[in-house]
This record gives sequence, C-alpha cells and structure tokens, in this order.
Amino acid sequence: MHDVLYFLQQLINGLTVGSAYALIAIGYTMVYGIIGMINFAHGEIYMIGAYISLIVITGLATLGSAWLPLVLLVALICAVIVSSSMGWAVERVAYRPVRGQHRLIPLISAIGMSIFLQNYVHLAQGSRNIGFPSLIQGGITMGAEDGFQTSISYMQITIFVVTLVCMTALSMFISKSRLGRACRAVSQDLKMSNLLGIDTNRIIAATFVIGAALAAVAGLLLGMYYGSIDPLFGFIAGLKAFTAAVLGGIGSIPGAMLGGLILGVAEAMTSGYLSGEYKDVVSFGLLILILLFRPTGLLGKPEVEKI
Amino acid sequence: MLDVRNLSMRFGGLLAVDGVSLDVKEKEIVSIIGPNGAGKTTVFNCLSGFYQPSGGTISFEGKEIQGIPDYKISRLGLVRTFQHVRLFNSMTVVENLLVAQHRHLNTNLFAGLIKTPAYRKKEEKSLERAAYWLKQVGLLDLANREAGNLAYGQQRRLEIARCMVTEPRLLMLDEPAAGLNPNETRELNQLIIRLKEDYCVSVVLIEHDMSLVMDISDRINVINQGRPLASGTPDEIRQNDDVIKAYLGEE
Repeated sequence: MHDVLYFLQQLINGLTVGSAYALIAIGYTMVYGIIGMINFAHGEIYMIGAYISLIVITGLATLGSAWLPLVLLVALICAVIVSSSMGWAVERVAYRPVRGQHRLIPLISAIGMSIFLQNYVHLAQGSRNIGFPSLIQGGITMGAEDGFQTSISYMQITIFVVTLVCMTALSMFISKSRLGRACRAVSQDLKMSNLLGIDTNRIIAATFVIGAALAAVAGLLLGMYYGSIDPLFGFIAGLKAFTAAVLGGIGSIPGAMLGGLILGVAEAMTSGYLSGEYKDVVSFGLLILILLFRPTGLLGKPEVEKI
Repeated sequence: MLDVRNLSMRFGGLLAVDGVSLDVKEKEIVSIIGPNGAGKTTVFNCLSGFYQPSGGTISFEGKEIQGIPDYKISRLGLVRTFQHVRLFNSMTVVENLLVAQHRHLNTNLFAGLIKTPAYRKKEEKSLERAAYWLKQVGLLDLANREAGNLAYGQQRRLEIARCMVTEPRLLMLDEPAAGLNPNETRELNQLIIRLKEDYCVSVVLIEHDMSLVMDISDRINVINQGRPLASGTPDEIRQNDDVIKAYLGEE
C-alpha cells in the first residue's frame, strides 16, 4: 500500500509540472512549425509572465483586495497581455528583419534576445529570489493516518484544470477558427499561403502571441507552485520545455503536450526513487536518447526526402 | 489587360529570359510554349513576383507591377499554379478552399472569438463559394477528404478551384496537364474554356501537351533559349518554319 501511494504521489507531482512544461513547449513547437526557428527567448517570456503576475498580486494585496479568484484572474490577464505584447515585439524587432536568411542568424538573434531580457529583469527587479505567495493552499490527502499519505494540493488541481482548459481552447482554435486554419496553411507552405493572399507576417506574429500567452499562464502557475522566482527562472524551464517539444516531435502541438507530460513524470520519478539531483540528468539524457533514436520525436512525422 | 514588354531575367552570367513580350486581353487564353529550359517558368516567376525581373516592364490593368511582392500581385487578381501540385496536403479539400479566401474575410480576432453575426455570415458565404467551386470541378463528394489523399488529377482540379475562389482576373497555369491521362486532360480542357467563357477569366498557360495548347489557345507565344521565337494563332504557329525547326531540328 505504501509503495502504491508513494508512486501515486510521484505521478501526481510529475503530471503537475509536466502539464506546465507542456504549456511552455507549445510556444516552441508552434513557432518552429511555422518558421522553422527555435525561439530561445521563449523561456524569458515565461519568466516575465511570472514576474508580472507577482507584481500584480502584490499590488492588489497592498490595495487590500482579498477575494482570491479575482486577484488571480486580474494577475492572469495582466501577465497574458504583457507577455503577448513582449512575444509580438520580440518577433517584430529581433526575428522578422532576419527572417529568410541562414538558419543560424535568427538563432543567434534569439539567444541575444534571451540574454537581453534576462538582464533587463535583473536590472529592473534585482537578481535575488523573490518569494511568490502561495495563494492557493490546502489539499486532499489519502492514506492511513500513521503511514505514508498521498496528497494532492489544490494548487496542483488548479494547474491541471487551467492547463487542460488552455489546451482544449488551443486545439479548438487551431482546428476550427479561421485564423487557426490560416496558421495551419502557413506552417505547411508559407510561400503558397503568401501567393493566395494570406498576410503571412500577421499569422507568424499571431503564433508568437499565442505561444507567449500560454507561457504567461504557465509562469503564473509555476511561480505560485514553486513559491519563488528569480530572473533565471525562465532559463531552465525554457530548456525543459524545449526538451519536451523535441521529445514529442517539434512542430506538433499534441507532441508538445505529450512530451511535457512524459518529461514531468520522468523527472518526478527520478526525484522520488533516485535523488532530486539526478532530475536534470534524466531529462536531458532523455533528450539525447530521443535525438539519437527518433530524431523526429514521438509524434513528429519523419521527413520524407522527395526525389 | 496584361502587357509585358521586353522582359529579361539574368541569373549571374546566364540570361534566362531575354526580351520576351506578351500581351493578354480580356477573356483570352494565351499559351507559352517552347523546348525544355526555354525560360517559360522563369517568365511566370517574374510575372507572379517570385523573381524581380532584371529588365522590362510588366503592367497589369494599367498598373506596373514588376518587382512588387508576390502576395500583393495575387491580391490584384493575378494568381498562378505550379508545375508540381502545391496543396495544403494535411488539410481537407474544403479547408484548402476556405483558407484561400482568408483575406476576403478579413475580420478581427475578437469577431472570431465571440462569433459575431457578421463573422458567421462571412464564414457561411465563403463555405458556399467553396462548395460552388467544388461542384464546378467535380470534387464536392470529396470535400472532407484530406487533400493529400486525392488522386493526382483531382489534386490538379482542386488547385484550379483554389485559385478560382480568390476571384482572379488572370489565371496563370504552369503545365496543368502534366501527368494527367488523356481523359483527364480532356476534362481540364473543358474546364479552362468554361472558366474563360463563364467567369471572364483570362488564362496564361505553359504546356507541353500540344493537343491541349492547340485546342484551347487563342494565341500562342513560342520561346526558345530565353528569346521570343514566334507568336500568333495556333494555325500560324503550326505552319511557322522557325517553330518547326526549334522543335524538330533542322532538316
């Protein structure tokens, strides 16, 4: 019984973090799917999302607003708006001017943007850890009073639910809406879409905005879950989400979701059964394995060389 | 409506197109023929904005269009197809037609999010138009199939339908009959004539299938090694000595 509960606990922890990874990974995968570049500044967008929500929460607290759902909703909206504008601006300033050039150039531009944003937050907010108030407390516990207890916190449930809602909305948007349709067309054949009169610049900007909005949601959720943030908060999470995107097959949205969950669970199991220190070893080891044996990822389509 | 004068295109030391002129009137089918490598597709690429021509002028309905970006040219009503089919393969047949109408339905994101009546109306209208053109090219039954799974001849027709939903004034078809069987070629033939007669679309055609070219063209331009060789009605071209020489070699 003890073993099962312990396993269950690790699984829950893993799925929680994994679903947040998935939210960030979608941003990588959508941008890659549409213009074939890795947006290395994406982790920073996520970090900024976390900072903005913290600022808003603190601000509202000093104003004396205490009704929790309202506080969270306002924080979420502000974080999404600021991060989306950031995502849009980054694309406009750093990527669009170098689009269509050698693949390396946008990549370097992205790394530069990432360093810039990180240091900007360093300067503006200081480099030390800032505590993130854990607004959602309590949870459900299972198991014997004296033995090991599995607990699901309300925070974890919130992360699940919000992620699920976001992913459903995104899937609906991509498959049903007009803009989503245009996104799919552009990701399949940019030149042809252009010829059919689709404003591809606008569609590309839209994918950056959508990815950034999802990253901001993840920023708020994980900031609250971990309880503290710093300017490097986005760096590791960005790498993890990138790993998740590659794991699932970069360019594929369901792949990013699956990759995130697998990575989260793998990490939690490592911390639970081996040691927390090995967590990153396992996740990046997984990246190497997938690149060696299935470079297109789990759900990615193998590229067929046409003759 | 389309008037091309002295078009030339240079790639480094190679003059791929040299002094080609072409004019297309309303409701006219003009073909460009010539041996492989004569520069036909290069002419198309210049017209559709893929390449910026090195010299000459292209005017479309009185407006000079050489060197302006491709998406703007297509918005003027000058739409093309490619030698190889370029559909959005993993989208359904009807989605291919809907996405081509994207710019006609330009409404903002919020209208799409809350589905305003205006948005619904436009969406319905574009669906209607898509259905209409699917019927015209005989693909209505396959509307919800993935485009990549269609037979080759069907993909060709879908490509033409996708051009037509954008309401072009001039359609440029690059070897539309390539890879079609005689039956399909005949159907295509009728379709192109119908486009001209019923929808007032002018057509510029690159084609190797001489039966198709001779049947439907109002006028033919022959290009050889980048230079214009002859132009005239199908009958004139058939009897032109230079053309016979270029195609069959000298006796």
